[in-house]
Amino acid sequence: MSALDLRDVRKVYGTGQNEVVALDHATFSVGDDEVVVLLGPSGSGKTTLLSIAGGLLTPTEGAVVVGSEDISAYSTKQLTRFRRDKVGFVFQQVNLVPFLTARENLLVVRELGGTRGGADRADTLLAELGLTDRRANLPGALSGGERQRVAIGRALMNEPALVLVDEPTSALDTKLGEQVMQLIVDEVKGRNTAAVIVTHDRRMTSYADRTVEIVDGHLDA
Amino acid sequence: MRIALRELRRRPGRFLIAAGMLTLLVFLLLFLGGLLDGLYNGSTGALRAQQGDLVVLSDDSRDSIIRSRISPEQRVAVEQVPGVDVVRGLGVALVGATIPGQDEAASAAVFGYEGGVDGVPPPPKADEAWVDRRLEADGVRVGQTIELGRSVPGASVPVKVRGFVRDTSYLLQGGVWVQPNTWREVQARNRPDQQLPPGTFQSLLVTVAPGSTVADVQRGITRATDGQLRALTKQATIDAIPGVQSQRSTFQAIIWVTLLVAAVVVALFFALLTLERVALYGVLKALGASSRSLAGGLFTQAATTASLAFVVGAVLAFGLAAILPVGIPLQLLPGRAALTFVGVLVAALAGSAISLRRIIRIDPATAIGGGA
Repeated sequence: MSALDLRDVRKVYGTGQNEVVALDHATFSVGDDEVVVLLGPSGSGKTTLLSIAGGLLTPTEGAVVVGSEDISAYSTKQLTRFRRDKVGFVFQQVNLVPFLTARENLLVVRELGGTRGGADRADTLLAELGLTDRRANLPGALSGGERQRVAIGRALMNEPALVLVDEPTSALDTKLGEQVMQLIVDEVKGRNTAAVIVTHDRRMTSYADRTVEIVDGHLDA
Repeated sequence: MRIALRELRRRPGRFLIAAGMLTLLVFLLLFLGGLLDGLYNGSTGALRAQQGDLVVLSDDSRDSIIRSRISPEQRVAVEQVPGVDVVRGLGVALVGATIPGQDEAASAAVFGYEGGVDGVPPPPKADEAWVDRRLEADGVRVGQTIELGRSVPGASVPVKVRGFVRDTSYLLQGGVWVQPNTWREVQARNRPDQQLPPGTFQSLLVTVAPGSTVADVQRGITRATDGQLRALTKQATIDAIPGVQSQRSTFQAIIWVTLLVAAVVVALFFALLTLERVALYGVLKALGASSRSLAGGLFTQAATTASLAFVVGAVLAFGLAAILPVGIPLQLLPGRAALTFVGVLVAALAGSAISLRRIIRIDPATAIGGGA
């Protein structure tokens, strides 16, 4: 079974003369424990694809199946629940909650779902990510690499079948970027989880099982 | 909600301006409410304490006890109206009271009564009086003899203070409760033009018998006295006291405007805060937070800020009340404080609700740089 199946997906912004096709009849699959790098320049549509796969955007046409769930026609409420329970995000800007500690930033995923607990999982993830000593620190007291690691832990907190990573190395130097990529791959592979990593940095393709290029909304497997 | 509370705890400075402004508004609301209550209670205590259902006044009195006169014959007619259970006479004379050891005379409302006043024992002996605690601040002490009326020889009536009673003031003058004959004597010596024959009162307090209606008794009294007397409810008589209604409406208007200002302050504050938080809300939505839970957090912060502001504002108001001169009629009551808390809370929630639409419209795709 695929972790992600995009079938003939189109995403169009605007109407008439202002119409912009961000994604054009994209068909794309990611296996259960596969790490795929989606490579493309700025404005190629890779972030749109990632957003559609993660239920942040709905496609104009086509089907989006994550695990066994067809989310193409989900309502806003259904998509909210889907994002909370089924996918993990690592954002380009990291975007940790600034007034929560590293540990709380992991637990926030559970709290948003209205459930408590998860402390053991958070501690395990923090230990794996080498952040045990930094667990009580606010994001402002963490380095860029540490913040990125917390974001990775947060993405894995709800035990997702699919992790979506947006430009994880864009704000990091080459060495730190490589460390972060290795960490993402190790964490994802160690859990038999699938991941789609969006990047414009060709050097990062070496960490993936497969690379898919995207140009002007067209996929080129 | 827990996230919202954590933000409050860890970034208190962020909420300091809103909390500070709300604190000042709470203080103002409590102060205004306290003045309103002090003025109202100080003006109406003697009437509120009456046990009767109806206050009977002469028709030409324009609803004023002071202008009203009721003869013994009219009283008999009232007593015979079907549905009338108990009738008690009441009269008041507003005079100065000379207190031993004090240079200035105190203002007193001397009531001649026949009983039936909450918190006031039955009428004392002819040369005694129950005195409202308000006059304690003017130097009155139990056991003293005070002079009621003008401080010229033969014009005042001496009475011995038998004890204190509470909340029986009239027109912000402390109540002095005496026998009807003592009151008539005070009236005669100080208002020679308004001497009252024995048995005459200014008003009658009527208790309606079980099974009869107030309206029937009111009509019966008017009919039995050929329209010379009219019976008002106690509240109507209170509302007719000079200044009471205008004071109340003025203060209430100020209080409502202050609550509106509180709502606007909170609305502006949370609108700015929401603008600052668009990115954060986008991320939280992307992670699976519903608009409802984000709104819940917003309301939690508004309610907590308002509650803290109330506590600090109340401490300031009660502190000020403790050091204010007795002459300022400020009366801070638990009921008023509770009402103020509810008012500020509702204003804060209503004000913060202005930001709801913006929160609902935040697109989670902004967290990942997508969206239209």
